[in-house]
This record gives sequence, structure tokens and C-alpha cells, in this order.
Amino acid sequence: MEKEVIRLENVGMKFNLSSEKLDNLKEFFIKFVKRDIHYDEFWALRDISFSLNKGDRLGILGLNGAGKSTLLKVIAGVYKPTEGTVKREGVIAPLIELGAGFDMQYTGAENIYLYGSVLGYSKEFIRERYDEIVEFSGLRKFIDVPLKNYSSGMKARLGFAIATVIEPDILILDEVLSVGDAKFRKKSEEKVLSMFDKGVTVLFVSHTLDQVKRICNKAIILEHGRIIASGNVDEVSKIYMEKTK
Amino acid sequence: MGSIIDHVKKYRFLLNELVKKGIKLRYRRSYLGVLWTLLEPLLTMIVLTIIFGPLLGYSDDKLFPVYVLSGRLLYNFFSLATKESTRSIRVNAAMIKKVYVPKYLYPLSYVLYNYVIFLISLIVLAVVSLILGLFPTVKLLLIFIPLINVFLLSLGVSLILSTIGVFFRDMEYLWNVALTLIMYTCAIFYKTDRFSDTSWIIWIFKLNPLYGCIDNFRAAIGLADTFYTHCFNWNFALYCFVFGILTIVIGGLLFRKCQDRFILHI
Repeated sequence: MEKEVIRLENVGMKFNLSSEKLDNLKEFFIKFVKRDIHYDEFWALRDISFSLNKGDRLGILGLNGAGKSTLLKVIAGVYKPTEGTVKREGVIAPLIELGAGFDMQYTGAENIYLYGSVLGYSKEFIRERYDEIVEFSGLRKFIDVPLKNYSSGMKARLGFAIATVIEPDILILDEVLSVGDAKFRKKSEEKVLSMFDKGVTVLFVSHTLDQVKRICNKAIILEHGRIIASGNVDEVSKIYMEKTK
Repeated sequence: MGSIIDHVKKYRFLLNELVKKGIKLRYRRSYLGVLWTLLEPLLTMIVLTIIFGPLLGYSDDKLFPVYVLSGRLLYNFFSLATKESTRSIRVNAAMIKKVYVPKYLYPLSYVLYNYVIFLISLIVLAVVSLILGLFPTVKLLLIFIPLINVFLLSLGVSLILSTIGVFFRDMEYLWNVALTLIMYTCAIFYKTDRFSDTSWIIWIFKLNPLYGCIDNFRAAIGLADTFYTHCFNWNFALYCFVFGILTIVIGGLLFRKCQDRFILHI
């Protein structure tokens, strides 16, 4: 029996979509007095339960707005679910929104330390792996240039290099396999595939069914925040093909 | 208890980096850089002395510049720390939405980096004091009391304001106005002995914890013309300490209660 690393039980995530955004006191007060505040509740996720063992690779399918990214963020710990529980074990490398935490005025070198600390690395770890990160990003020449002068591709490369320098237990991928130019894309795919070999648990969001089939062994389909199908990747992708016809 | 230690261990480096970032970026791209930490209070001191010295009749007091500078340094720390903390969650929205970081680290790092800059700028005060002939006595050992109190006070107020600031953006502007009021009630460029002991105005100074810190601070560096007691006021010290702890408790509870909803409002 493989070790269970992720377990979600009845997870639900509710957002309040206020009909008009209230962000100043006067408006709030007027509306409060007129008893005119009403929130439109919106469940981005509802009743999500599943568990993954070590080495499982889960593909998450669904149309836009089905709640895929929200689910990833709940698992990564960015959102706290409104109801239900999320249990996870081990080091998570969230390759979602690479470069959150970059400072544009900081140089590349300074950002390696900053973003590394945001991802929870220790100082010694970053110092040890600094050269590896710089080497992998291929940005040695620009490492002392402020980040605001980087191109978006360069930023993404640096983000990817920092985020993948650890050996995670859980890898969260949100269609980031398409980072940078063709050369770097190949390099980054190799890096991710090498992690697969080490038995990492993967959560993968993609619209490309082929990619999901190639990478994952399990899959779920989300629709309006609920799981409508789950199981083996081949079965689920058949259902998905039916649905999207 | 073990989990708290783990927590501190885990996020100490991040806090370190955030504090470093604040300090590094504040003066980046200015020619004089960190020198401004020293130059700015010095120049403001000169301006305030030139204006209020003659205006309020303190021209004969050769230690008036020290009096002004000490008050302004503490007030300025409090003002910057709380002002920036009010915006701290909104400014870091991009990061909060994307990666998990304990959110209290943002206001805490803002207060800490302003505190470090404030401590550095105390060098100016030391130099000006020595030049004007105010030499430290054994009372200087008491200086850590107002220094701790002003930190506690700023942190507590920052926690409260950063929470409110998420839900009501108006707080940023309201607090700016409030800070102006606080500045005038802190006796930065005038002395409290202008008012008689029986006047109701005295109560403003007695109840204002920031003034309490400033008064203790002035007493510790050896200025004789502090509050009408003319010596280190232990009542002030205790009052400020309790007040500071209270704001931290209130701010901490408020922050903890609301932090999961931050992400829905930024």
C-alpha cells in the first residue's frame, strides 16, 4: 500500500460576489443604513473529495471557470476552504503563477533569495543551489539587472528555475510546461519529467487532453465546482471527449 | 509550543528577506542612498528649529534642536510604520493571491524595517547631542524602555490598521488625517510647560501613549525639560507598555479573525 499524501474531504470554497464592489466607507454606510447590502454567493468548489497516494499523477479537466485553478490554490494553501478539510504531506512545489513574490526593483540575484524565501527555502539551501538556479535559468549575464528590465520570458524562466530547484513531494502544475522559448521549454519538460521518475505526486491542470493522457494516470472532471467524473485517466478522458464534442 | 518554534524557524528567513527588501528599496535610486536616513531627520530638525525656535520663544535654549529631533524621530517612526502597514495587505495583494505566506508577516515586516531605519537614524541624534553639549548620563540606560514601548505601540496599531485597511480603503486617508492630529498632540516642536498643570490640555499629553514614549525618551537622553515632573516618568513607561500590549492583543485577535477573508477583498 502506497502512502497517502493528499486527502480532500468535502471541500467547498465560497466567494461573495458583491453586485457592486464596496470599498469605501461612505458607500458602505449608505447601503448599510438602507439595508441594501447583499452578497451573491458563489460556490467555486463544492463537495470535493479525493485522495492521492505517493506517485499518483492526477489530471484535472474542465471548462473555463469550472474551478480548476481554485482547486489548485486550495491544495497549495493559498485559499482556505470555506468548508471541508485538506490534508497534505511533504514539500509542495506550486508551479502556479510563477514569480509571485518577485520584486521588480530587485535584481535577479536578489529575487532568487526573496522568491526562495517565499517558497519556504532556507538561506543555506538557496546559497548552495544559487549557481544551479542561475545556470538553469540561463540568465547569468543578466543576474545583476533589475527585474523590471527583464522580458516576460526571462522572468518566467527565473521563476521556473527557482521553483524547481527543490525535490518536491507534491508538484502542482498549471499549464506551465509552456515557459519561455522552445529551447527552454524542452529543458523545463525534461526537468519535470525527471521529477516524475523520482515518484513525485502531481496535480496537473490542462486543456490539452493529449498532454494529460501522456502525463497522468488518474483524472477528474470539474463542472461548476463539482466533480462529475473521476478515475482512471483513459476512462475519464473518454467522458471528457463526449462532453466537449 | 513546538509548533510555534517550528513556525518561527520556517518563516524567520522570509521575514528577514522582507525586512531587508524594505530597507534596500527605500533609498534605492537616490544618489545619497542610505545616507538619507541620517540627512533627512537632520534637515527637518534644522527647519523646525528655525521656524519654531523664534516663533515660540525657544531661541535661547541651545538644546532645542535636540528636543525637536528626538520628538520627531519617534513620531516619524510611528507615523511611517503605521501608514505603510495600513496599505501592507493591499500592496502585496499579488503575492497573497498566489502563494501561501502567513499574512501577519506583511505588517510585521513593515514595522520592523521602519524600526531598523529609525534605530540607524539615532546616530544623528547622538552626534547632534554631543555637538550641542548634551552628554549622556547613567539615565541613558533607561532608553530601551521607550524604545521597546514605541515598537509595541506601532506594531499593535499597525495590526489593527492593516486589518481595517483591507475592508475599508478609506482608512489610509483617514489615518493620514489622524496622524496630523497625533503629531500636534505629541509636543514635538513645543514644550508642555506652556500649559498650566491644571489645564485640561495636560490630559492630552498624559493619555497620549506616543507622547509618553517621547517624554521617556527625552528624559533618558538627559533633556531636563520633559513633562512637568522633570525626570523619567515611570507612570508613563508603565502606561505605554500596557497600552502597547493591549493594542497588540486586540490587533492580533482582529487580524487572526479576519485574515482568511482578506483574499476575497483585495
